[in-house]
Order: sequence, then C-alpha cells, then structure tokens
Amino acid sequence: MVIDSIKNGIVIDHIQAGRGMKLLSYLSIDNENDTVAIIMNASSKKRGKKDIIKIENVDSNSFNMDVVGLIDPDATVNIIENEEIKAKVRPTLPARVENVIKCKNPRCVTSSERGLKNIFVLNDEENREYRCVYCDEIVSMDKE
Amino acid sequence: MLKGKSVLEPMDLTMEEMQDLFETADDIIANPEKYAHAADGKIMGTLFYEPSTRTRLSFASAMLRLGGQVMGFSDASSSSVSKGESIADTIRTVGCFADVIVMRHPKEGAPRVAAEHSFVPVINAGDGGHQHPSQTFTDLMTIREYKGRLDNLTIGLCGDLMFGRTVHSLIKALTRFKNIKLKLISPEELVVPEYIRNSIMKKSGIDFEEVRHMEDVLPELDVLYMTRVQKERFFNEEDYVRLRDSFILDEAKMKLAKDDMIVMHPLPRVNEIAVEVDDDPRAHYFDQVRLGMYVRMALITKVLGLEA
Ligand SMILES: [Zn+2]
Repeated sequence: MVIDSIKNGIVIDHIQAGRGMKLLSYLSIDNENDTVAIIMNASSKKRGKKDIIKIENVDSNSFNMDVVGLIDPDATVNIIENEEIKAKVRPTLPARVENVIKCKNPRCVTSSERGLKNIFVLNDEENREYRCVYCDEIVSMDKE
Repeated sequence: MLKGKSVLEPMDLTMEEMQDLFETADDIIANPEKYAHAADGKIMGTLFYEPSTRTRLSFASAMLRLGGQVMGFSDASSSSVSKGESIADTIRTVGCFADVIVMRHPKEGAPRVAAEHSFVPVINAGDGGHQHPSQTFTDLMTIREYKGRLDNLTIGLCGDLMFGRTVHSLIKALTRFKNIKLKLISPEELVVPEYIRNSIMKKSGIDFEEVRHMEDVLPELDVLYMTRVQKERFFNEEDYVRLRDSFILDEAKMKLAKDDMIVMHPLPRVNEIAVEVDDDPRAHYFDQVRLGMYVRMALITKVLGLEA
C-alpha cells in the first residue's frame, strides 16, 4: 500500500498497532485545512505491525505532543518541512494533561460544573496511570 | 501555618500541622473560656448541597462556641444553586460575606473547585464518596485521646470497607504513623478497593491483613472501628440482611476483646453495634462526636489564624 508522502506537516510513526485510531481521536483534529491519513497494521521492522498517522499542514508548534506521549510513548513524531524530516521527536509521558482525558467517574464534579477543565496528573509512571485532580479517579492508559 | 488555607483532604495538613491541631483541641477542651471569643466578628458560611444534619451542627456549634456567627443553607433546593448556579459563581458570592466556608456536596471534587475560586478558606465537609477530612481528624483525635498515642497500634476496621469513605481516609492517614497493624474485617463482597490495597497500603508498606470474621482478630485489637453496611449497596434484600447481620458487635464478642480496646463508629449506626455495647466502658462512639466538635473548633481557629 502506498500513501503519498506529505510536503509539510507531521508523521506519527511506530504507533503500536491498534492504537492509531485512539490516538487520532485524542488528537481531536477537526481543522478544515488538515489532511489526515491513517495507516493501520503496516509492517514494521521494530514491532511487526504498526499504525501511522500523517497530518498535512499542521503547525508543529501548536501540535499537542503530550497526547502522543499519553497514548503511545514509544511512537515517533516526525516534523516534515518541504518533504524532508526536519526533526524527529520522541514523546514523553506528560506530567499533567488538560482536557485530554475525560473523567469517567459519574460522581465527579467535572460532570456537572460548567466550563470546568478535565485535569489529570501522572500518578504512576510505570503503569501509565493518571489521576483526576478533582475526584482522584485513576485511569491506566495501558488499559484504556 | 494553616492560616488562609483550604482543607480538602486529611493529607492537606502536614504531620506538624496535624499535631498542632490536636494540641489546640486539647487546649480548647481544657480551657474553653479562653476560646469563647476567639472568633468574635467572624462569619462561617455553611454550604450544604445535600443534607447532613450531624456534620452541619458539629461545625455550627464549633463556630458558635468560638464566638463566631454562622449562615448558609442546609439543602441545595432552598437556594439559588437549585437554579443551576455554578459552584464557581456561588463561592465568589458567598466569599464576600463569609470568612470561612464549610462545604458539603454530592459531587466529588466540588470543594476543590470551590477552593480554586474562593477568596477565603474552604473546608470540605464531605464530597460524595471522596473525602471528609474533619471526620478523619476526629477519628485520629479519638484514638489519641483514649489510647494516648497514634503509633504502635493494632486497629481493626470492620464492615463495609469497599464504599466506606471514612475508612479509606482513615487508612490513608494511618499510613503516616509508625508500627500500625491494620486488620481489615469485611465480607468478601465489601473488601477494600484495589487502589486502597495497592496504591495506599502496599505502597506505604503498612502492615495489613484481610479477614472475614471479627472473632479471628478481636483479641489482638487496640482499636475497633465499626462501619455501617448500607442497604443501597446491595441488589437484593437477602444479601444485605445476611451481610449486615454477620458483622454485628455485641457483648458476647466484646468478651473476646482486650480490656482496654476502644470501639469507634462514625455514626449513624443501624444495628452493627448492639445497644447493649453502649454501656461498655470501651464504647467511645459518642465521645467521638464530642471530640469532633473540638477538632472542628481547632480547625476553624487554625484556618482563620485566630488567637486564643
Ligand atoms: Zn474526576
């Protein structure tokens, strides 16, 4: 399968197979100008199978790298300019994310208070666990 | 220094601040007249979004005994919040009238939202199944008062350990003290949640054992903390009745316990402590209520930075 390489934008490579769609939904790209391609189950030397996401014309400065770190810290983010890889970035597990994870505890105040941000902080690095700062609900990004 | 700070969970206080809180409560008990005007001219706002008469009266009496005034609502339906006002707006308004805000809310984390928008300290008086710090301070104060220490103790926690908020907070707070042995007594259906077992107890290294029968551990206990098994936790009446009745403390069981063990309960009780136990000198659950008021007096003086 051949997908055209992009001129300017971001390629998220080496995503663990099966996590691509999830990552895309967390990235919540709805910009009319972005062209997005997702490739699932591509063959990979490193992982056997992998997912790839290509986003054209996205501004790398406003791109939320935390989300990639949250969903798949082993993925690589390539920043493309003029069809060349300008930078390769390894995402890290973010210490805190705002409005990325939604608290699932129905008793949490984030479910009722208008305009309140969902804020999660890293609780356990090894298990990729995040904790809601309001109700202490724990989510493991491994299990998600 | 607790002055001006919100108290949302027990761990918001350092060990030193907690120690200071208990010592202040001791001083209030010994010299109530010294504190009778400590809060003169101060107003406490009690925002109770769900009714809890016991907690509200305890805070109110604490403030009144310090010479302060109390205002607020005891039920969200009687206030503007029923019209859908956000917590943020309510708190910015009430903060103009009160010097300290005491808040009870069914939503977990609501007092944190309040504290983020408040000009004055917020005390969490219970948020859903989450936190209730003044209850935890009361429990610790009671153990300290009747056992004379908060370390080197074997403490039995009995009943609903799965949904019991007071038990979770107490376990967390007890991990701070040395040589505590916990005996967790509950039916299999109501054991402590995974996160308490893994993230709190195992992580802290506290000594704990989970057992099914009170009789197995009663002779070892210095403290027995009883909790209510709530009916709404069960799908059918049969299970409820069966589990409820298997964790009842009566005088026959009290015979197995040490002469100086103390019995505690956050109240209200249903039938988990037989009435006959009330006359046992080891029963301290009503003393707990009294100490709760003094701990709340101490807490108010601390967050308001009052001098005796
Ligand atoms: Zn939450």
